[in-house]
Amino acid sequence: MGERFRLTVNGTATEVEASGDTPLLYALRNDLALKGTRFGCGSGQCGACFVLIDGHPTPACDTPLWSVAGKKIVTVEGLGPKGELHPLQRAFLDEQAAQCAFCTSGILVSAAALLERNHKPTESEIRAALDRNLCRCGSHNRMVRAVLRASGQAS
Amino acid sequence: MNTVTESKLKRPGSLEKNPRLSQWLSVHRDGTVSIFTGKVEIGQGILTALAQIAAEELGLAPERIRMVAADTALSPDEGVTSGSLSIQDSGAALRRACAHARALLLERAAARLNASIRDLRVEDGAVQAAGHSTSFWECAGDALFDREIDETAAARPPHDYRVVGKAAPRLDLPDKIAGRPRYLQDMALPGMLFGRVIRPRYGFSKLVSLDDGKVKSMPGLVAIVREGSFVGVLAEREETAIAAQNALRKASDWDAVPPLPQDIHAWLKSHASDHRVISEKTNLEAKSRAASTLEASYTKPYVSHASIGPSCAIAHFQGEKLIVWSQSQGIFNLRRDLALALGMREDKVAVRHAEGAGCYGHNGADDVALDAALLARRAGGRPVQVQWMRDDEFAWAPCGPAMALTLRAALDPQGNVVDWQHELWSNGHSGRPGRSDSPALVAAWHLARPFERPASINMPLPAGAADRNAIPLYDFPSQRITNHYVREMPVRTSALRSLGAYANVFAIESFMDELAAAAHVDPIAFRLRHLEDPRARAVIEAVARLAKWEEWTLAEGRGHGIGFAKYKNLGAYCAVVAEVEVEHEVRVKRLVVAVDVGLVVNPNGVVNQIEGGAIQSTSWTLKEQVKLDERGITSLGWEDYPILKFSEVPAVEVELIDRPELPAVGAGEAAQGPTAAAIANAVAHALGLRVRELPLTSERVIAAIERQ
Repeated sequence: MGERFRLTVNGTATEVEASGDTPLLYALRNDLALKGTRFGCGSGQCGACFVLIDGHPTPACDTPLWSVAGKKIVTVEGLGPKGELHPLQRAFLDEQAAQCAFCTSGILVSAAALLERNHKPTESEIRAALDRNLCRCGSHNRMVRAVLRASGQAS
Repeated sequence: MNTVTESKLKRPGSLEKNPRLSQWLSVHRDGTVSIFTGKVEIGQGILTALAQIAAEELGLAPERIRMVAADTALSPDEGVTSGSLSIQDSGAALRRACAHARALLLERAAARLNASIRDLRVEDGAVQAAGHSTSFWECAGDALFDREIDETAAARPPHDYRVVGKAAPRLDLPDKIAGRPRYLQDMALPGMLFGRVIRPRYGFSKLVSLDDGKVKSMPGLVAIVREGSFVGVLAEREETAIAAQNALRKASDWDAVPPLPQDIHAWLKSHASDHRVISEKTNLEAKSRAASTLEASYTKPYVSHASIGPSCAIAHFQGEKLIVWSQSQGIFNLRRDLALALGMREDKVAVRHAEGAGCYGHNGADDVALDAALLARRAGGRPVQVQWMRDDEFAWAPCGPAMALTLRAALDPQGNVVDWQHELWSNGHSGRPGRSDSPALVAAWHLARPFERPASINMPLPAGAADRNAIPLYDFPSQRITNHYVREMPVRTSALRSLGAYANVFAIESFMDELAAAAHVDPIAFRLRHLEDPRARAVIEAVARLAKWEEWTLAEGRGHGIGFAKYKNLGAYCAVVAEVEVEHEVRVKRLVVAVDVGLVVNPNGVVNQIEGGAIQSTSWTLKEQVKLDERGITSLGWEDYPILKFSEVPAVEVELIDRPELPAVGAGEAAQGPTAAAIANAVAHALGLRVRELPLTSERVIAAIERQ
């Protein structure tokens, strides 16, 4: 306990005081009040806690704090330009692509990483990119449509 | 049912229990309206649909409506948000309440303007007559709504609807999609501690020993709470609570539990405690025409809720009062059982609903509220948040019950069903709080003076529970439907989306296809020849048309199938056509759904619920079963309990048959049974042989092929 870690979260340099093996998830949620990153399973199998670490979708629930010091972390709150929604978030609202929406943050993070490397993904590329994210309510197809819409391929 | 009950049922929706107008709404000076409902948002979009109904009857822009989260201190008691009843219960009540409120506001406005009501020009709460104006905001107040609701106040006729019937965006989604704090899990109260609970790895055993020496000295640990076999930890930081939980799991020793049956379906069939014939028709003349008989047995395993977010609660003792924030489906029932378990007076406990992850039935939401309260009792007045871990949820939330079913039928020489028998074996489908002398909350059964663990029960027909949808909607001359209730519960069971309807419809509709094949009749034609209900026929005909049923071309390893039900035999009509490819495993490629929910309040909301229900049912049907060994549940993570992934989700097309002249019924559970049956029938069509045990995994498909 009591170590200080310097993190760059959503473009802002910040410091967290906690034990080095604290999962990043709890530092984000409880120290930095970024509640958009969600606890789902604690073992990186559901995707609800995905954040971008140096651009890669990574489960925050089993990423220890010591391993992300100095790296660039982007959470769902930081996907869009400051104070604005990311085009994906607007598309999710346009498509009403959620029911409970608990999985949505992690899916937006995976989808944002996809669109960074592939501006016009096909439907099957989108599904493959989201396969590490679970959704229980059955909003998958709406989310796929939303990603298509956000990439300028509105159905 | 006696006549007193029937006359009570005539009062629309939840008005019987909550007859005062002020229980439902209040109109504010700032031009907004607060709407109170006892129904809660569980990811299904109900608050948006109820806001539409309120806006419609009040004649206001939907933006003026503020839906107040259910709270035992403020809201009408509308029981449990379950059974696809919220539109019927709360929607019907709000429609009447808001119609009456509008009439009262117009009456007062007319008096103020010295005009007659019919000379008023009313637009979005602004009222004008002869050059003078007032508004609903000015006219409200002075206890105007402190009276009984007049049910005869004219509600708006459906053909004048401007808000109801139009797609409305969900009120809660902007926060959730932006990642703004909105869920119960996101609440951070000043001074809040984090709690976790340590339970036995398997079953309802007693704590033998706990070696807490090492954990006690963990920095940031506030307390280890032990009351009998209930063990929990409190910590300043969440990760500390989790580390303490993990350490104490390893340092605790529990009694052995009696071994669980390994063939649960055979066990159910030999352990029924009550046998009830729920429907019987005898037509000897018809039976005498029987030329052939068929029999088939079907099974459904235990199914988990498997919400993406495990259950959470916050509890806070403020003096002698307890406040609990919960994602429960029934906050009043939870309050009752919390008071019972804690030995408190009910009026000293308040339960406030806060939104959680998707809820598909009775999960751990109620249980974790007692966990939080027990820990909060030792928290020195600080609020306590308890979040179940993934394995807590898989191990301790009730499962959807396993079921066994056997169907028999006789066909006459023309291929008409002349006799139909359906037997089912199941534990109870409701173990919810508020229905027993003993709290239906896990921690209560582990206390030093443990409460008895109540057996899960079945609600009576017509809605039913294990026997929900067991009585076929088809017109058979003779039939006998028997519900074998199994009281003893090897695994804790309770309500999961659609209850017994999922297995009953899967069995009935599978068997209808088996009979159609025996009669050499197309499955859809076979259904229609036994079905008079015009709304039932309409959804089947619609889905056949949309799916181009007649134009199907045969191909190796491909099949299509249909499933149909009227949910609870009371609610939504739903027909599904599934198209599948089967090699070693089943791939559902496309689902086409036709649904009739009467009046459609929010078309986008209904489609979302039906589409989601169909996809969830696909996941149950292809993949899901709770795994057990002799000691208990062993599927405690996603690797052991896989659900449908993005790449496996079929295309889903939904057509709504809008019937604005008919009462609106719920949509949330209508697709579960028909989807399962459609997939099973499509698999049988593709393979030329039938798999009667759910889920339809590759092992089952291969075993069925090898058996042939």
